[in-house]
This record gives sequence, C-alpha cells and structure tokens, in this order.
Amino acid sequence: MTMPALATYALRLGDDALVLSHRLGEWVTNAPQLEEDVALANIGLDLLGQARTLLSYAGDVEAAGRTEDDLAYLRDEREFLNVHLVERPNEDFAVSMARQLLFSTYQLALYERLQDSADPTLAGMAAKAVKEVDYHRDHATQWVLRLGDGTDESHRRMQAGLERLWPYVDEVFGTDDLEQSLVADGIAVDASTLRAGWDGYVDGVLAEATLTRPEGTRTPPGGGRRGIHTEPMGFLLAEMQHLHRAHPGASW
Amino acid sequence: MTEDSTDDSTAMQAGFDALIAGDERVEPRDWMPEGYRKTLIRQIAQHAHSEIIGMQPEGNWITRAPSLRRKAILMAKVQDEAGHGLYLYSAAETLGIDRSELLDLLHAGRQKYSSIFNYPTLTWADMGAIGWLVDGAAIVNQVPICRCSYGPYARAMVRICKEESFHQRQGFEILWTLSHGSPAQRAMAQDAVNRYWWPSLMMFGPPDTGDGASPSGHTAQSMAWGIKRFSNDELRQRFVDMTVPQAEALGLSLPDPEIRWNEERGSYDFGEIDFTELFEVVKGNGPCNAERMAHKVKAHEDGAWVREAAAAYAAKRESAVA
Repeated sequence: MTMPALATYALRLGDDALVLSHRLGEWVTNAPQLEEDVALANIGLDLLGQARTLLSYAGDVEAAGRTEDDLAYLRDEREFLNVHLVERPNEDFAVSMARQLLFSTYQLALYERLQDSADPTLAGMAAKAVKEVDYHRDHATQWVLRLGDGTDESHRRMQAGLERLWPYVDEVFGTDDLEQSLVADGIAVDASTLRAGWDGYVDGVLAEATLTRPEGTRTPPGGGRRGIHTEPMGFLLAEMQHLHRAHPGASW
Repeated sequence: MTEDSTDDSTAMQAGFDALIAGDERVEPRDWMPEGYRKTLIRQIAQHAHSEIIGMQPEGNWITRAPSLRRKAILMAKVQDEAGHGLYLYSAAETLGIDRSELLDLLHAGRQKYSSIFNYPTLTWADMGAIGWLVDGAAIVNQVPICRCSYGPYARAMVRICKEESFHQRQGFEILWTLSHGSPAQRAMAQDAVNRYWWPSLMMFGPPDTGDGASPSGHTAQSMAWGIKRFSNDELRQRFVDMTVPQAEALGLSLPDPEIRWNEERGSYDFGEIDFTELFEVVKGNGPCNAERMAHKVKAHEDGAWVREAAAAYAAKRESAVA
C-alpha cells in the first residue's frame, strides 16, 4: 500500500502524539500527587486531540475511507510511524519527565514552524496545539529543575532518566526524502533544522537543574518512521487495540 | 472556665444555632461545635477519598478504550474525578486538617471511601454502568449536599454535581450504543448492569429502620445540623424511580423481578437488598478492597521521593530569595 506523502507525514506526527498520549494515560492513578494525575491526564488529552486531527486528516488525504479509529486500531505495528522515544516504557517519574522535556521541546519547535505550513489543515492544527505544547514544555521544565536540583536521590534518578532516553533523541531530528519532498512544497518542516534550537533550550534547563548532558545514540536511527519499533511497542498496541479488534465492525 | 467564657460559648452556640435555624451557611471563620466539625471532616474526607479511589476502576480502561473518542471522554472523566478530589480536600482543609493527614488516615484504613469502588471493572460496558448507575446514584446523594449548611462543602458540591451530570449522561450513552449494537455488545451491557445494579442501591447506605439500620444517631444529628437533608431510604427510592424508566429506554433489564410500579405510593417497589454484602464490603471483604488500597499506597510511596524533591527545591529557592 502506498500512501500519499502528505498522509504519511500526518500519520508520523499523529502517531507520535497518539503513542505518547497512551503512555501518559498509564500514569493516571499512579502519579506522585493528585495534581500530577490531573496534569498528566491533561497533557495526554491534548496529545490525543492532536492525534485525532492528524489521523483523520491522514485518512482524508489517503481517500481510501479510513477513519481515525481504523488508523489507530487496525494498523499493525509495522505500519505505525512514531519515533521510538514516545513508545519507551514510563519506568519512573524521572524517566517520564525526561521524555516530556525531550519530546515537548522538539514538538513545540516543530509546531511553531508548522503554523506557517502551506497546508491549511496542518497549519491550523499546529496553531491550536502550539499553546498546549508550550504548557507541556513548561510543565516538564519545572519538574526537571525540581528533580535535578532537589534531593540527592531525585538528582540521581533524573540524571539516570536522561541517560536512559538520550539514545533516542537523534531519531527525532532525522529527515528523509519523503519529508524533504514536502519541505520543498512548503508543507513540512525539516526536522533536522530544529536541532540547534532544541540543544540550546535543553542545555539551558540541564545546566540550571545541575544535570549533565548525556552522550550517545543508537544505530540505525530513523527506525520508527519506517515502521521498525522497539519491543515494548507490541505490548502497547496489544493493549490499545485488543477490544476494538475483538468486535470487527462494531460501533462504540 | 470563667463565667465570661461560659457566656461566650453560650453566645457562640446561639449564633451557630441561629445560622442553622435560618438555613444560612456556616463559614470557616464561624464558631462551630466540635461534633459538627468532626462530622464534616469525616464526611468530606470520605467523599474526597471516594473520588480518588474511584479513579482506579475507570482508569483501568483508559489504555483499552475501544475508540479514540471514548478514550478522550474517559481520560477527561477520570481527570474530573481527580479535580473533585482536589476541591473536596480543600473544603476539608478549611476545617483545620491537612490533605496529607487525610491521606495518611485513608492509607491506614482509618477513613473510608464508597464501597462501590471495591467492585471490579471487567468489561468496557462497566464504564457505561458506572457512569449511568454509580454516578447516577452519586448525583441523587449529592444534589441535596449543594444546600448543606457548611458553605465550602456546599459550594464544592455545586461544581461537582454539574460535572457528575455530564458523567451520568456519557454512561447512559455508552450503554445505549452497546444495547443497540451487536449481540455481543448487548450482552456485555446487560451483564454490566446485572453486576452493578445491587451495589449501586447499596451506595445509599444501610436502611433507615429494621435489622440492618445504622444503630448510631448519626443520621438524626446530621439532619439537625443541615448536613444531611433526606434519609438513606428516601434517596434510594428517588434513585430507583429515576432509573427504572431509563433502563426501559435503554432496552436493558434490571436484575430484580420484584420491580413494579406502585400506583398507591407513586413509586416503584423493588426487592429486598442483601445488606450483609454491603457490610462485608465495608469491613474490607469486597472483591477489590485489598487491590484498591494497595494501588493507592504504592502510588503514594513510589511518589515520595518526587514530593521530597519538590519540597527541597522549593526550600532552596526560598532561601536563595531571602
């Protein structure tokens, strides 16, 4: 099956939001305090809203009659196009906050630029979401500061959380021919051009939090965008999709 | 005690009595009898804990919701419940007790939460049954509390009832969709209603009279103080009268062959409730009591280092400013 490039691009961004939303949903009732149950559910809901817009749009562009639910529930793992960073398990609160900082800093920069996309649907989605993600980044920043510069234990855990996820960062800024073809039309953002701004912001937060910027990456990067995932992804999809798939054609 | 202070306390009691008699609101700065304060703390805390523990049976389905629309609604609903917990803990704090103390009492098993949340959510249809029946029963219990004599509790309840009414409608809509869906979906809906009907009736507490009646004078005292406005059985009847026609509209049956309209009373008769089940669940022997508490305590303990870090960071910032 070959999808139009624009549909694939919308799916990539939509799958990032959908999968991270799912991981945040796992925090609900497990957060360190009630305010965080509220905040993490809220961030998850924002991302789910973005995902629904993007998946619906991918279905419209593809014009094969697939709805947001068909795309979320009936694709197999090899057809999901999110980056690995968002599918990694939550582990502890420090790992999750590290992910929120690393991802929301990227996503905010992406959506800020995508507001000027030549594609009105993507531009409109980004204009709405940029306000949400600005809050997501602020929430994550505040926690990384508190944990980094809190107690000895929280510092150790926060540093470990960053080390855990740092190898998944390079993939986020990967670009390919499909993205470049849409960049040429003024539709997509070249993710590699977001890296410098991202480094500046993240380095500033880490320094203030008394944390050390980790090093390292994984090869080959770019797997998620081609549908090659890490092992936890299969379990995530099994949980997310099983009920929907158990009742083919049913309405909910 | 000096004569003056006796006069003072008599005057303060008279002021409190006048507020209650005039159906006015008692506010945190007003003098109130110690028994009134304790009763309210117990009731508001139990209510707050119920919102928080009640997040678990529904949170159980967030990652498995069968459509993205349902997933969004469910996440928003569980988030609302956390928000209700926050308002209610704040209302309790106006009575001079901290949220952390209340949580310690909950974790130690010294304060309770609604027994309904000790039942498991086994299928998606349980999200519908909880919204329709459990939130429906909660609304019947809570609407009169919007007129409770204690101002902060009454005001929190006005906000909460608005959201609960939305929750109830979404539960009804889940069951409507299932009962008009495939045979498997319809069976799932009926099974959920069968399992949740009787426990929902037990949410109103023990009967007003007879063997299972609460022996303490709590109800009478709470009524006199304007905390409680209707008896358990009055509220239970109101719920049955509201719910039976809704079940007919859904095309689902209620698991009680004795339900029938009583022309004379202008209400539905219903079968006898097995209150021994309620008392067992209250004692801790329900299907999920141990799991609910273990889940709550684990989240609290796992989060201790995070809360300590936040406090340490805040203290550092404060000393840096000073």
